[in-house]
Amino acid sequence: MKHEWPLWEVFIRGQHGLSHRHVGSLHAPDAEMAVKNARDVYTRRNEGVSIWVVEARHITATSPSDKGPMFEPSESKVYRHPTFFDIPDDVGAM
Amino acid sequence: MSADLFEFLCRMGDNCLILGHRVSEWCGHAPVLEEDIALANTALDLIGQTQLWLGLAGEVEGKGRSADDLAFLRDAWDFRNVLLVELPNGDFGQTLMRQFLFDAWQELMLSALTQSSEPRVAEIAQKAVKEVAYHVERSGDTVIGLGDGSAESHARMQAALDLLYPYVGELFESDAVDQAMVKAGIAPDPESLRAAYDAKLAQVMGEATLTLPDDRFAHKGGRTGRMHTEHLGHILTEMQWLQRAYPGASW
Repeated sequence: MKHEWPLWEVFIRGQHGLSHRHVGSLHAPDAEMAVKNARDVYTRRNEGVSIWVVEARHITATSPSDKGPMFEPSESKVYRHPTFFDIPDDVGAM
Repeated sequence: MSADLFEFLCRMGDNCLILGHRVSEWCGHAPVLEEDIALANTALDLIGQTQLWLGLAGEVEGKGRSADDLAFLRDAWDFRNVLLVELPNGDFGQTLMRQFLFDAWQELMLSALTQSSEPRVAEIAQKAVKEVAYHVERSGDTVIGLGDGSAESHARMQAALDLLYPYVGELFESDAVDQAMVKAGIAPDPESLRAAYDAKLAQVMGEATLTLPDDRFAHKGGRTGRMHTEHLGHILTEMQWLQRAYPGASW
């Protein structure tokens, strides 16, 4: 019998209009308790208006050893940044 | 009237104070980090509610006593909490069983108090009932999880229920103070909450596969101040020693 509770990754939306951001992880026996634990661990200082939890094993991640082939080729391709346009002031933050 | 209201407010505040202190004893000792933080949050909510209830009690009494004076400078015979909340924590399961038995009552009581004819009571209830709605959800889920868990956790939760159920009846006791509150429209008759409470307990204990004792015998004496258990004095020595040893100390 496995005695460890599964690991959950926690995502909190700080305010309406923003997207959920990863804030950390915790252990819980099931999804409902994970939300409750997230509420107690990560929102006790009024940090959020919405919580997502996902069991860590369901996340597929890149491997640190693939860093070279995955990310380095884009380093030298400055032309992919749309930095050559003048953005009108009234567009606001982009 | 104001003497009765003072008594009523002390009952509400002392329940929160003593249970809050009991739950805070888990800080740094809970079985897992997440539960440790959750219990500390609950304890802090209860201490926050204590400040409101005892603050108002001091105002109503009119002798210039603050919430701190009432919390730290009264002795055991002046406390008006029910016996349930002063009982020792036992194991984690016993603590959560006590919490659920109290939370389920407190949610009903506070919901009724949001309709109080005394606006300051209604205001405190409106703030506290949101906190307590979460407490009861959490403690109820934990009672279900552990009751309907392993053979070991089930046995411990059944033992906790058998131990604590005889302390439930006191929550629904009614005396002259309660009758004065009912007459003034300030608070409901405690007895009137029992049916809803029983329904909630039946539902949660059913899901938890735990058996509610048939016997309705109730230990009493806390909320009237007639007689507390021997445990209250020990809580107070720990809780009050600083103000007793260094009167008026602040930091």
